[in-house]
Amino acid sequence: MVEFLISPFSEFEFMQRALVGVIAIALGGGPVGVFLMLRRMSLTGDAMAHAILPGAAVGYLIAGLSLPAMTIGGLIAGVIVAVAAGLVSRLTNLKEDASLAAFYLLSLALGVTIVSLRGSNVDLLHVLFGTVLALDDQTLLLLASISTITVLALALLYRPLVLECVDPTFLRSVSRSGTPVHLVFVGLVVLNLVGGFHALGTLLAVGMMMLPAAAARFWTNDITVMMVVSIAVGIVSGIGGLLLSFHAELPAGPAIILTAGGLYGLSLALGREGGLLWLAWPGKHLEA
Amino acid sequence: MPATSVRFDEVTLGYGRHPAVHHLDGEIAAGSLTAVVGPNGAGKSTLLKGIVGTLAPLEGRISLNGAGPGPVAYLPQAAEIDRSFPLSVYDLVAMGLWSRSGLFGGIGRKDRTRIEHALAAVGLIGFERRPISTLSGGQMQRALFARLLLQDASLILLDEPFTAIDAKTTADLLDLVRRWHAEKRTVVAVLHDLDMVRRVFPETLLIAREPVAWGETGHVLSPENLLTARQMVEAYDPHAAPCQRNAA
Repeated sequence: MVEFLISPFSEFEFMQRALVGVIAIALGGGPVGVFLMLRRMSLTGDAMAHAILPGAAVGYLIAGLSLPAMTIGGLIAGVIVAVAAGLVSRLTNLKEDASLAAFYLLSLALGVTIVSLRGSNVDLLHVLFGTVLALDDQTLLLLASISTITVLALALLYRPLVLECVDPTFLRSVSRSGTPVHLVFVGLVVLNLVGGFHALGTLLAVGMMMLPAAAARFWTNDITVMMVVSIAVGIVSGIGGLLLSFHAELPAGPAIILTAGGLYGLSLALGREGGLLWLAWPGKHLEA
Repeated sequence: MPATSVRFDEVTLGYGRHPAVHHLDGEIAAGSLTAVVGPNGAGKSTLLKGIVGTLAPLEGRISLNGAGPGPVAYLPQAAEIDRSFPLSVYDLVAMGLWSRSGLFGGIGRKDRTRIEHALAAVGLIGFERRPISTLSGGQMQRALFARLLLQDASLILLDEPFTAIDAKTTADLLDLVRRWHAEKRTVVAVLHDLDMVRRVFPETLLIAREPVAWGETGHVLSPENLLTARQMVEAYDPHAAPCQRNAA
């Protein structure tokens, strides 16, 4: 048992680095995912993840597989798409979901094209699915910084974020903080996606946000507890996925997301708040 | 409680360029208790949005005059609250302390006592930990009134607060309205129940896009005025010419 669970991490440095990386991603991604879910923006996260690709690809075109270039490129592209989609939905008849879908499809096509211009298929796979087993010091520092910024920012913005989800009219009547708070939140989403992108690639980065958040929703009605549960689900998925990939020789990124998917399925079936088991056998009704 | 008055200077509010409230001129006196009455589509909710400031007038000026910044408390029609959001009744009501606590401020022991008093005043003791998704329509309205109580505003705007609310709850909440009036707060409520207006509200604004009558409730709600209001044409004319009133 110890052999199975511990020694992959104690013996191999790349596994230790991967472990640190996924824990950092889980710490920031889980809470952001909870808010995305509660704000009914789950698919927005997905769209934003794709939107990052052309920026990262341009960075790659200029500097090869360089961390700063691809990070900065991804951040810029993500923010541009978020703002552009927001503007289109505010100024025209198109709703935000439709304009986001348009922008992210464009981004994905553009990104894959740009990477193919210079790189090989291997590089393309790097960008799309990440390199969680090859995280260097620089990347780990970046991931740790992003999760630190995220947790601090969410702690500061917690109240207006919640209020804007529950009762936006009320927030508008007492404060003008709604729009800036929303923008900062979108910034956090992009930041976490760019971090997740290095480890898990553009296509799976959002998985470490939404799957833990969706799983956590089945266990509690309390937002704070939900965020803690989502972090726990993220960390367990990271560890489980790394072990799975190590022992079964599966690609690590997909193994992590599959593990998260398994935990989501488990929560869906057994979760105390609206899980299928409790819906099927709710027990005898109460007296009052 | 220094009350707030609301002054309208030839105010036109609307959507696109079509007026929903057309050339309203007058004042809601400080400490008054005013009902806003009129047919559907008469611009009643629009008027409240104009006072809160979420809708800017197409023309004219709305000015709030009171001592200090005296916050406005606003209860929108069928409040746009996401009832599926995992939030407790206590936390919903506690939002009323926003002007005191702001974005980051803590909630101290005094604030907790206030929250308890507000919950007691609307008869929601025992509901503190319940998620808002489990509340009935009437219980939700009680919770929102508790939040209004905590806002401690000198101007309180209520948009159809008693629609689809049972008699007992309506009576309880009306007592709160009377209490606010006794405390010299300015209260404006959009209502459809004319008997209730006659019983409780000394002042009435009857509006049908154009203001029809404004003043003492007994005079305003005369059969002639009500007939005039009822004859309002709801649909706007898509080819209407620019308004020439006050042009000269």
